[in-house]
Amino acid sequence: MRNIVLRGRKVVGGASEGEALVTRDRISGWGGIDPRTGTIIETRHELRGKSFKGKVLVFPGAKGSSGWSSQFHIARLAGAAPAAMLFNEMTTKIALGAVVTHAPAMTDFDRDPLEAIETGDWVRVDADRGIVEVTKKEEE
Amino acid sequence: MRLTADEQAMLDGAEGPARQRAMDLLVRYGEALGAERLVDTNNVCATVGATMPFLRDYCAAHSGGLDAVFSEFSLDSPDVVEIPKVKVYSCHLQQGLDPAHADRQGIGPEVVKVYRAGEAFSGRIGVQLMNTCTPYQIGNIPAKGEHCAWMESSAVVYCNSVLGARTNAEGRESAGAAMLTGKIPYWGYHLDENRLGTHLVDLQIDVKDTVDWGLLGYWIGEAVQEQVPVLRGVTHVPNLARLKHFGAAASSSGGVEMYHIVGVTPEAATLEEAFGGKRPKAVLKYGAAERRLALERLNSTASDRNVDYVMLGCPHYSIDQIWEACQLLEGQRVHENCNLWIFTPSAIKRIADQNGYTKLITDAGGFLMTDTCSAVGRVLPKGTKVAAVDSAKQAHYLPAIMGIQTWFGTTAECIQAAITGRWSGG
Repeated sequence: MRNIVLRGRKVVGGASEGEALVTRDRISGWGGIDPRTGTIIETRHELRGKSFKGKVLVFPGAKGSSGWSSQFHIARLAGAAPAAMLFNEMTTKIALGAVVTHAPAMTDFDRDPLEAIETGDWVRVDADRGIVEVTKKEEE
Repeated sequence: MRLTADEQAMLDGAEGPARQRAMDLLVRYGEALGAERLVDTNNVCATVGATMPFLRDYCAAHSGGLDAVFSEFSLDSPDVVEIPKVKVYSCHLQQGLDPAHADRQGIGPEVVKVYRAGEAFSGRIGVQLMNTCTPYQIGNIPAKGEHCAWMESSAVVYCNSVLGARTNAEGRESAGAAMLTGKIPYWGYHLDENRLGTHLVDLQIDVKDTVDWGLLGYWIGEAVQEQVPVLRGVTHVPNLARLKHFGAAASSSGGVEMYHIVGVTPEAATLEEAFGGKRPKAVLKYGAAERRLALERLNSTASDRNVDYVMLGCPHYSIDQIWEACQLLEGQRVHENCNLWIFTPSAIKRIADQNGYTKLITDAGGFLMTDTCSAVGRVLPKGTKVAAVDSAKQAHYLPAIMGIQTWFGTTAECIQAAITGRWSGG
């Protein structure tokens, strides 16, 4: 099995795993997702209509409203949070959003997760150790 | 993160469980950011009520009332704690409804009760009930250099760029914790070096009226995302309303929290000051083609020219915008198939009442509303399918949140649509 290992910095601790959902579009929280289902609703977003519930969400970063954290907070309470979040651009929206989602989160990787990970790959995130293990989907 | 003695004492519980939870959240958040320390703030803007969709249900289902709502949604606390008075100047942002128009907004009496309970709670803990996305329009105008902890992306970008005060886009939890502690992570736009421009935007067409500024903001947000654009070539000095619409648009299509306009905004007397003597990462041009692209994107959800709802006041209208709308509306009548709702802070509505504008709007068949807007409160006239707005921000969010078509154009085009029930704009 072909595995890729990425190293990065812990944003929120813990370990989890799941199928990757990857986007190159930044994500809006308030007005960009339906927190009750974890579905992306932004009109021109490439993931529109797809849900991140239980997925390892891999994305560049956050944009839009300061309601970002509260929407991901609600997603957690609604049982629709992602299993983990991996992202490149640190902002207050995403830092706080990750903290209140309580899912493992990482950033500052040794290689770009948007290049290394594709939608459908299986991803194990160990944020405490700063390690992401990717199993490519074609070899599943 | 390094904590001062008073911060450590709060974290150890010396000031009670609520401030302990608040400091714990600030430490988790600061460490997630990679911040080295906290900074004192005496100016917080946030939402603490429970009138927004989902929170209403949470509040109704939870016996702990507003203390439980604050513990969960403003502190990310694992348990319900009693919320003490805030330590620093704190203002409430927009709510989920206008209690004076609850019926019309499709809001039941049980949610109005939640609003009233939130009002009493905010009063008890000392949160000023400004109930607007534009606290800077009704007296909360921080000084240049003042450290703030504001939510509301359109207010954050105004605070940083136009006022020269310093805030990141805080969220409900960090702002809640800041209210109770007077602290916020010293990171991002609190530091000089992060306030410098990154992208130079050369304006090649005249950017004059409010719709021009909205389009420019919408295009820039998409082009620079969360970075710091510097505008060069402004031919007409913008007023408050234009800067408000520009920032709101740029923080919706992207994540702009800070911009400079050379010769206009307080940290950009010169191009050199705006960039701190560094070279821009990129130079972008804004001309007729870019303006057209922004307009096409904003109108991409709309095809039906029969408009059944015109919404003005995103961000909340200033008194001069209400005056402008009234001049266009005077002696006219809103079409029987259309609704006109205009949103403003209640403090500004008081002036509109005195000036006779509220009556003029009502006599024409429209309504002047306060406290909320259609996107935040998810409040629409019953059966709305096609809306028209003069706000790029609202045109961005309304189709996604409410699943309706939305036209974007000038205030005059919107008022015309309200009168005729037809969209005749671009």
